[in-house]
Amino acid sequence: MEFGTQTIQELLAGYRAKNFKPTEVVERYLKNISERDEKLNSFLQVRPEETLKRARTLDAQIDNMSTLPLFGIPLAVKDNFLVNGWQATAGSKVLSGYISPYTATSVERLEAMGAVVVGKVNCDEFAMGSSNENSAFGPVRNPWDLERVPGGSSGGSSAAVAAGLATVSLGTDTGGSIRQPASLCGLVGLKPTYGRVSRYGIVSYASSLDQVGPFSRTVWDSARVMEVMSGFDPRDATSSKRSVPKFTEELNTNSKRTFKLGVSRAWLEGVDSDVAKSFDSALEVFKKMGCEIVEIDLPHTKYALSTYYLIAPSEASSNLARYDGVHYGYRTQSAKSSEELYSRSRGEGIGREVKLRIMLGTYALSAGYYDAFYLKANQVRRKIQEDFEKAFTQCDFVVSPTSPSTAFKLGEKTDDPLKMYLSDIFTLPVNLAGLPGLSMPCGLDSRNLPIGFQLIGKPFGEAELFLASHQYEQARGQFALPSMLKGKG
Amino acid sequence: MSLEKYESVIGLEVHAQLMTQSKMFCRCPNQFGSSPNTNVCPVCTGQPGSLPVINKKAIELGVRAAVALSCEIHPESVFARKNYFYPDLPKGYQISQYERPYSTQGHIVVRLKSGDEKRIGITRIHFEEDAGKSNHESYGTLVNLNRAGVPLIEIVSEPDMRNAHEAGQYLRALHSILRYADICDGNMEEGNFRCDANISVRLRGTEKFGTKVELKNINSFKFVEKAIEYEIQRQVFAIESGEKIIQQTRSWNSGKNVTEVMREKEQAHDYRYFPEPDLPKLMISSKWFEQIKKEMPELPKEACERFKKAFELSDYDASVLTSSKELAKYFEAVVAHCKNGKASANWVMNELLGRLNAAGREIGDTPVSETQLAALIKKIDSGEISGKIAKTVFEEMFATSKDASSIIKDKGLVQISDPAALESVVRKIIEGNPSQFAEYKAGKVKLLGFFVGQAMKETKGQANPALLNELVKKLLDS
Repeated sequence: MEFGTQTIQELLAGYRAKNFKPTEVVERYLKNISERDEKLNSFLQVRPEETLKRARTLDAQIDNMSTLPLFGIPLAVKDNFLVNGWQATAGSKVLSGYISPYTATSVERLEAMGAVVVGKVNCDEFAMGSSNENSAFGPVRNPWDLERVPGGSSGGSSAAVAAGLATVSLGTDTGGSIRQPASLCGLVGLKPTYGRVSRYGIVSYASSLDQVGPFSRTVWDSARVMEVMSGFDPRDATSSKRSVPKFTEELNTNSKRTFKLGVSRAWLEGVDSDVAKSFDSALEVFKKMGCEIVEIDLPHTKYALSTYYLIAPSEASSNLARYDGVHYGYRTQSAKSSEELYSRSRGEGIGREVKLRIMLGTYALSAGYYDAFYLKANQVRRKIQEDFEKAFTQCDFVVSPTSPSTAFKLGEKTDDPLKMYLSDIFTLPVNLAGLPGLSMPCGLDSRNLPIGFQLIGKPFGEAELFLASHQYEQARGQFALPSMLKGKG
Repeated sequence: MSLEKYESVIGLEVHAQLMTQSKMFCRCPNQFGSSPNTNVCPVCTGQPGSLPVINKKAIELGVRAAVALSCEIHPESVFARKNYFYPDLPKGYQISQYERPYSTQGHIVVRLKSGDEKRIGITRIHFEEDAGKSNHESYGTLVNLNRAGVPLIEIVSEPDMRNAHEAGQYLRALHSILRYADICDGNMEEGNFRCDANISVRLRGTEKFGTKVELKNINSFKFVEKAIEYEIQRQVFAIESGEKIIQQTRSWNSGKNVTEVMREKEQAHDYRYFPEPDLPKLMISSKWFEQIKKEMPELPKEACERFKKAFELSDYDASVLTSSKELAKYFEAVVAHCKNGKASANWVMNELLGRLNAAGREIGDTPVSETQLAALIKKIDSGEISGKIAKTVFEEMFATSKDASSIIKDKGLVQISDPAALESVVRKIIEGNPSQFAEYKAGKVKLLGFFVGQAMKETKGQANPALLNELVKKLLDS
């Protein structure tokens, strides 16, 4: 049997029926990677020996698989996660050769429940970017069209799952880095509520915005990964002590609920017409399911972009100070003084977009500018949160397209940062407000490229988010596959 | 000399290491003297992806300090990042508190040598983590991160001190309080209690502060006083000779007894402080606060009151004996063994402290242990030796650390309390001084002292003085 496009649910059913064993599945995925990834460049590291060793220990546990909710599930992990023994470059030359001395809490929990890491995947350097073109290790290509970007920054995570190189993957989302690539690659991508998943062991970009989340083919798979990975972590002081619902159980009961979806038409102005059309037809599907569409007002979302590009770079300028060539990672060969050791190691090791944001953040935090920039941005952030709080008195979810356009061509936006930043116009406010946001495919544009639909939930409202999008998914029917997988299982 | 025309203004910043088991934001041991880079983990070495978690015990000790220093506690405070590059700062920032420290507005009262008391204000106390240590060797610089992430409080005083003595007394009082409350072990050599001083001078009677100079990392009370004294004179002379004081950071060179420039103001960092996004606000609930307050160890001023009552000591004696925790503990142990508070106070203050001071030593390395001193006092009380002999014995104890009993035995210093033995001595003295005896008999009773003294001399001071007195009088009058 051909492997690649199965869901977690399908693999688990196959294991249960003893149709195959973890080693067979993992071997197939490793084969897929070696055959297909040359074109995509989504994997930065595979360790077949290690991965198969792990699969073999699972083979022996197949009779106990009911205790392992992710038994034998091939998982790709963004290269800004630390997994003991694996590299963690975060897509940067400054961390090339860096081997993780410990494992991120999220990965640790997934592995403990049976997931098998098949590789570390490419991303924009330090998760800064919307196209995966900022990786020091080359761009990732979109399995739907190899001339196009997979989105970013978790482009490797989305391309890998879309191309059948992993069943699910992990990404991080600071301003849209899971939802936008999920949208551009036709997958389900979730950015959980801030604090829902531990950030321990992910390379920090902007601490107050970063969240870990899954890429998957279905909402159920996303819910399964989330119920294993979520919850308080004593090693992350910003993780929440809220209890974690059994997300999949709520989906399995198949309970039908109707919801009110809030739409802000003013916010949606300027999206591509194919995207707008697909979004509207998705709304029709929801209506048919019995949902109500209400008009809401999000007056401050127009400031989200500028707010984000003050807060995120400010935090980044400090978070990235540790990559200085002193303790680990890249060190210049040509330093004659400690001053030069710093400036050259960083100058040579860090890429252009990251430097741009470090400069921006350093400036925003400087004496004399702090109040006008950093402080003001945080005040606006509060206003944006209040917009959503108010909206949620009128509706259960705020909905929008995930991205104003579908996958664009490599190089198309690299010369104009602002144009690139606008890819995240619908996702940024969600991070600023700390809310959960889910992107799921809702259609194809005229070029046969996937379009994403975003549902934004109340804080810690993941269960409802899953329920609503699962119902939509049932109504929508199976989503298309990229052409490179046509004819493959 | 023009010094009198000027007044100096001094404020101190003290970094005190908290006596926790583990570091401020990770579980590594907070321990001095381990092999380099062994008390480390992903968090305190700044590995990618690692995150800080607040050590509750550190907060508890910090709150204790705030209570001890009569400070206000803020139920909500904020950690902030202080950003700068340095090889022993692995994250590229230090987690500290900036705009919203956990505690502000306290004071301590210090006793000056004039006998007056002075109240010194405390502006704020905040938490922070220590950096690692750079060891500069001939072949390069080595970084040891064992100290990175060790919990500190920084205690910032008001600019209330006017001379080096006041600054010294403030530091001693602060040191004593932190030691008493088991907040900081106060070890200055290991860098667990470090002081920076801000110093400026101005003409007496003027309001405006002069330009301040910061003296960094001075590691003993004496050096702090010396450095401040030097710095005041340096600034006055500079002003008097028409120079302008430049805002700068200086260090104390204890070899040359001068302060030296470290950096000018222009080289000052912009630390780009901002709230630490990896940590929630620090919340100190009133319940927690009350709990900590209830479990407060005894403070110096409480110990002083207790000593006054329990041992019937004067204000002065009690305050000297409670000036440091070690001394108070020493004294209490002596009393516990000999049951004589007054005598213990006298011996500790007059004999022991006098000799320690003269030798430049601290109570911590006294050559005479509590039980040894107590045994000596008991021998006086039981009449085994006289107070005078005891001083000779103590001198020997201080020099050799031997027990009083062995010294008394070796040197044959036991008091003579046998009336028969003393009587023969007294008879011998009377017989040997017939003219004095005649004068006494003629009414010059003052000569009693002469006979006692001679007899005492004859017994090398070992005679029981009361008994001797009695015998002399009896034999002279018989």
